[in-house]
Amino acid sequence: MILKALLLKALSEAVGVSGDEGSVRAVVIEAVREHVDELKVDALGNVLVFKRGTDEPSASPESGGQRLRVMLDAHMDEIGLMVVGHDSDGFLRVRAVGGIDPRLLPGTLLQVGPERIPGVIGVKPIHLLEEGEGQKVPQLKDLVVDIGAASKDEASKLAPLGTYAAFATQFREIGPTVSGKAFDDRAGCAVLVELLKGDRFGFDLHAAFTVQEEVGLRGARVAAYAIAPDCAFALEGTIADDIPKDKDASPTTALGKGPAITVMDRSFIADRRLVRLLTDTARELKIPYQFKQPGIGGTDAGALHLARQGVPSVTVAVPCRYIHSPVALLSMDDFENTVQLMRQALSRITWRTLRRN
Amino acid sequence: MRELIRKLVGTHGPSGVEDQIRAVIRAEVEPLADELRVDPLGSLVVRKRGGGGGQRILLDAHMDEIGVMVTYVDEKGFVRFTRIGGVNPLNCVGGRVAFADGTVGVIAVEEKREDTKKVPRFEQLYIDVGATSGDDCPVGVGDAAVFVRPFLAQGTRLISKAMDDRIGCAVLVETLRRLEHTPHDVYFVFSVQEETTLSGARTSTYGIEPDLAIAVDVTGTGDTPECRPMAVKLGQGPAVKVQDRGMIAHPLVRDLLVRRAKEANVPYQLEVLEYGTTNAAAMQLVRAGVPSGCLSIPCRYIHTPSEMVDEEDVEHSVQLLLEVLQAA
Repeated sequence: MILKALLLKALSEAVGVSGDEGSVRAVVIEAVREHVDELKVDALGNVLVFKRGTDEPSASPESGGQRLRVMLDAHMDEIGLMVVGHDSDGFLRVRAVGGIDPRLLPGTLLQVGPERIPGVIGVKPIHLLEEGEGQKVPQLKDLVVDIGAASKDEASKLAPLGTYAAFATQFREIGPTVSGKAFDDRAGCAVLVELLKGDRFGFDLHAAFTVQEEVGLRGARVAAYAIAPDCAFALEGTIADDIPKDKDASPTTALGKGPAITVMDRSFIADRRLVRLLTDTARELKIPYQFKQPGIGGTDAGALHLARQGVPSVTVAVPCRYIHSPVALLSMDDFENTVQLMRQALSRITWRTLRRN
Repeated sequence: MRELIRKLVGTHGPSGVEDQIRAVIRAEVEPLADELRVDPLGSLVVRKRGGGGGQRILLDAHMDEIGVMVTYVDEKGFVRFTRIGGVNPLNCVGGRVAFADGTVGVIAVEEKREDTKKVPRFEQLYIDVGATSGDDCPVGVGDAAVFVRPFLAQGTRLISKAMDDRIGCAVLVETLRRLEHTPHDVYFVFSVQEETTLSGARTSTYGIEPDLAIAVDVTGTGDTPECRPMAVKLGQGPAVKVQDRGMIAHPLVRDLLVRRAKEANVPYQLEVLEYGTTNAAAMQLVRAGVPSGCLSIPCRYIHTPSEMVDEEDVEHSVQLLLEVLQAA
């Protein structure tokens, strides 16, 4: 396995459902500690790191004698489930943490709680289905998680109320692509780690590995307030829906066509100057890129751009098929091109980039 | 003022791409400003210094308008799109949209639909810019366009696209023009990205730290056939907001507007809006909180390409704001 895939594997297999990101945080801290000047964990659990820039504080009129502050963001949390009840026969009742798709749940393997107790979402065998039942999608409230407990007592000891459960998916290589859970947004975390590992940039780099994106962009909001950057980039693993369809229509993004740049989604409108910086860089250096289909989804940039007096922001993402499911799939070429595009674009960014006509 | 309104409503400025409208407004206000800046998200902030002893007052009107954005260009050069802000497919078919470079497209609807009696979905609409292939299509994914409809004045009614909220921008510009003396430090904010996320007003307010904020925006009316009940009528004066879906107006701001209107004999109405909101909803939550209210210009057919306001209401809005600013 190539080295970068090893990092992605470690991040993907770490468990960190929104509000319980400790295991992911440990992997992140271990990976970046040697490469940054300052590192801290803030009140909500975000990892905030600082890497000083090499530029002399600029003399340009916009600078106010300060070095440019650029924020890079990737969220550590993943979607999952939380235990909300125990049946008399030892099954767990659960609710969604983040955007869970009930179509995917029956028969899915889980890891429950800090001890990673194996569990499976109960499913009625096909032999017993009544007529028409197979055409319906069971809803989460009607499903149970089986951890092998025989009684309510045993179940509530093993997995008390409030226990988190995450998908239990091993990372794999499938030809030139890799598959695993939580690529939204461990792919972004891995890109961010790669950027921090490299040489210093001219500007002061502030990076945030954030918590609770999937439940309302909460970590990013306070991280951006603390950092007060001049501009921000959210790094993501985004929807690729280039799967077979019966009509010529726009895919949100497609695998293998390079990093996906967001112009507008449901949470924010990207800053056009940053979009142009990215596309100009990609064209000149012949790095493939694509636009994410506008109007879909939301990312931490929805919170970043609102911090303090406002922060020009953009989102750059690695296209991932089947996100918000137990297993996603991404192209390592796309991953590598995302790192390259970000590195090259960032190396060109100056106060001038943010000048308005 | 009619020429100013005509100029403002005719300028391109969908949310997120406000460069053209900002330049037009800037040219109007720069000679009148004590200070002028463009803040990080692109809002235009104009300061008029007070004579002293007053408060720091923020007046907001958003300069962005609703529109559409290209999501896909097919191999024949037809353009698929999504909406920017609250666009209804009902108002799209047969309409025209203009891109920043002047390219105009016609919105059409797929003919083979399952139920042609239903309002089409956005996925069933497309824009035809006259291209013959994807290669010669002059617009691409991410390009934004606004509706096209000429400005019309008929009697006292003014009709155009983008009255929401260029009419508020016009009221602010005119208020600034006529403002002779005020004890207050007044910030006129022409904000970005209201129609999508109320982002510009929120971030500008953070930078200004006002004692009091008033959004100047359009509101709906209850005076058209079979409309939802609402006490606001076109031509009966500007509306002082009591509440809408996003906020309850601060009683001090509401009462201040009402008191000044009564003292100066400016007609006004009280407004309770049961759908929609304005920048005041975002401004009131900034920092430790900002007493905020809203002066609304009654407007029929909001978010269609033919939004209708009454010229008298516009004039009275300017008069009421001047009363508020010039009193101690």
